[in-house]
Amino acid sequence: MQLSSATNPVENEASHRAYSRIPPVDLRKRTNIGELFIQGFLFICGAFSILTTIGIVYELGKEALLFFRSPEVRLVDFFTGTTWQPKILEFGIWPLVTSTIITSFIAMSIALPLGLSVAIYLSEYASNKSRNLIKPILEVLAGIPTVVYGYWALTYMTPLLRSILGRDVVEIYNMAAGGIVMGILILPLVTSMSEDSLSAVPRSLREGAYALGATKMEVAVKIVVPAALSGISAAFIVGISRAIGETMIAALAIGAGPNLTFNPFRGAETMTGHIVRISGGDLSYDSIDYNSLFAIGLLLFFMTLTLNLISQRIVRRFREVYE
Amino acid sequence: MKRPPLTDAADPFTSSNLQRRKKLARLWQIVFQASTIIGIIALSALLYNIINQSFGYVAIENTIDPQSLAVDGVPLEQLGKEELVFILEENVSKGKFRQLGREKPFEERSQEEIYSLVIDEVVEPQIVKTWLLSESLTQREQIQAEMAEKYPQAELVFRSWVNRNFITSPQSSEPLFAGIRTAILGSLWTIAITILFAFPLAVGAAIYLEEYARDNWFNRLIQTNINNLAGVPSIIYGMLGLAMFVRLLEPLTSGSVFGLVDPTTANGRTILSAGLTLMLLVLPLVIINAQEAIRAVPNSLRQASLGIGATKWQTIWAHVLPNAIPGILTGTILAISRAIGETAPLVVVGASTFITFDPSSPFSKFTTLPIQIYQWTARPQDEFRNIAGAAILVLLFLLLTLNAGAILLRNRYGRSYQ
Repeated sequence: MQLSSATNPVENEASHRAYSRIPPVDLRKRTNIGELFIQGFLFICGAFSILTTIGIVYELGKEALLFFRSPEVRLVDFFTGTTWQPKILEFGIWPLVTSTIITSFIAMSIALPLGLSVAIYLSEYASNKSRNLIKPILEVLAGIPTVVYGYWALTYMTPLLRSILGRDVVEIYNMAAGGIVMGILILPLVTSMSEDSLSAVPRSLREGAYALGATKMEVAVKIVVPAALSGISAAFIVGISRAIGETMIAALAIGAGPNLTFNPFRGAETMTGHIVRISGGDLSYDSIDYNSLFAIGLLLFFMTLTLNLISQRIVRRFREVYE
Repeated sequence: MKRPPLTDAADPFTSSNLQRRKKLARLWQIVFQASTIIGIIALSALLYNIINQSFGYVAIENTIDPQSLAVDGVPLEQLGKEELVFILEENVSKGKFRQLGREKPFEERSQEEIYSLVIDEVVEPQIVKTWLLSESLTQREQIQAEMAEKYPQAELVFRSWVNRNFITSPQSSEPLFAGIRTAILGSLWTIAITILFAFPLAVGAAIYLEEYARDNWFNRLIQTNINNLAGVPSIIYGMLGLAMFVRLLEPLTSGSVFGLVDPTTANGRTILSAGLTLMLLVLPLVIINAQEAIRAVPNSLRQASLGIGATKWQTIWAHVLPNAIPGILTGTILAISRAIGETAPLVVVGASTFITFDPSSPFSKFTTLPIQIYQWTARPQDEFRNIAGAAILVLLFLLLTLNAGAILLRNRYGRSYQ
């Protein structure tokens, strides 16, 4: 059987004309001006973060360019020079970079083994009760302002080191005390990131290893840690980036004078410490000192950005997805 | 079939290998536990150190003995106003006396105010030595012996460096009278500005990214960018703030656009610049937290609302946001407590090293609590370490209160959708 409308086009036409006298209901989505306005505003909020990044790169880049353009500075000297003394126009970045690397290295050699051990303990060994006790302690540690850690490094860790190793060996301002305290500062970060990735390893993997007769430690070290390695290495790299950018400990406890030394018990000045010390004093704009800070800042920004990008890449690429 | 006899070597349960493995397992467990204990010890050592510095004996020496100032046997604190003013006039230089009168006429001052002036200016107590709390508790005899030997004039008092005077008095170069009122007010002003700008911007960005943004390259760029900004060292934000707010937008941040130039203001180094710098710093953190809170609102709520004909914005405003707001607020409080403790960017932006008057508008000079701690810690004298420790106690108390508030909020209004 066929529909009448198809068999009788004339009648269909007529009925259509009859209906069209009633104004049709427009079911298309109407644009609501108010909603569009709101959406636009929200978009601006979202895009604001891009403006921040552009602002950072532009402002740091502009001032750094002024610095490199000035006749006293040569790009080659900046990257190869071994003295940083703006007073006599010596701008070699190495003394600042080596002390940054040494303190970060000390910090990571404290934070990584400790943080990983605590994370393994929390995720594999700890009872619910002790986990509920330890996690808030780590959160408290993570919430303490860095200036407090700087105070601690100067008034506690340095005297401690000096009384253990002798006053002749350890200077009042030294990289070791700052580095150790920096490691304790980073500890909660490394722990919580590692613990997240350890807990994400599915139970079935552990049960399988137990069924084969593995001890608890073998399960933890040979099964769970390798499975969570991407998260752990991401935590490690984020930790380094945090240590490089850490400022107040460096400003208070590590020293106030660029110094190319590899002895951790001597004073030196990190990149961040230098920026804070110089900009905290009387600084005239458009001087070469002022511009040089931005060159250091730009280098610092790119160092931490690279590390953060690497850690994100590791997480994305090597993450084992368990169903 | 005959089973082979179980020998010692073949038996997996008695072989020497297992012994070794078990021992190793025990060893590692001890290592893991020890690391955890080290973490706890670190926190205890930190708190111990701060408390140790904030209380303890101090030896105070008066330049002029208050007993000698007593008139007709009436002790100093019971003297009348006129007599106190007279003592003040006699003992300080004329210029100083006139200056004090200019600050506030003596007729308008109360007896207590003038008494404290006499103490500050005439008696001039000074700290000659301080002891830590641990020393004060365990080596009392030695301290008293040392006092008698070295500072016979001085008076030994047990002092809590955190006290009412410390919180309510402005900064001073004399550690005995120095206080943190200016710093606390500066912190509050700065944080207020940070919240005022960061909260709407962050919530807007989070709503855009979670509710509106399609999966295209630009929106992915925004998301990656926010994640990266969260990892930028805080000092970089300080440099951005210095270049952007202090220098580029100086007419705005110094208030000259509004005709509100504070005569004491140093260019653009104002509370407004500091607040905006911290706003940039906390923005990515608040956005990420707000996104998580919005994501946790179940989709069925949105679909139900859209299904009865609500527009997208009506759905967000009436259903998504009310359900997400406890999470957003918790995240905001945590980000704010980070901003309160932030020091480095504000030093770079240009905190004032010494101000004794309260901030009165966003265009005033500023100092904040962490900056005060930094400046006191950087001084070599022991007394300044003591007041820095006391200021740290106040700061930690403030942060603890905020965090407790955040946890309370989370427990009270946090919903679980099952």
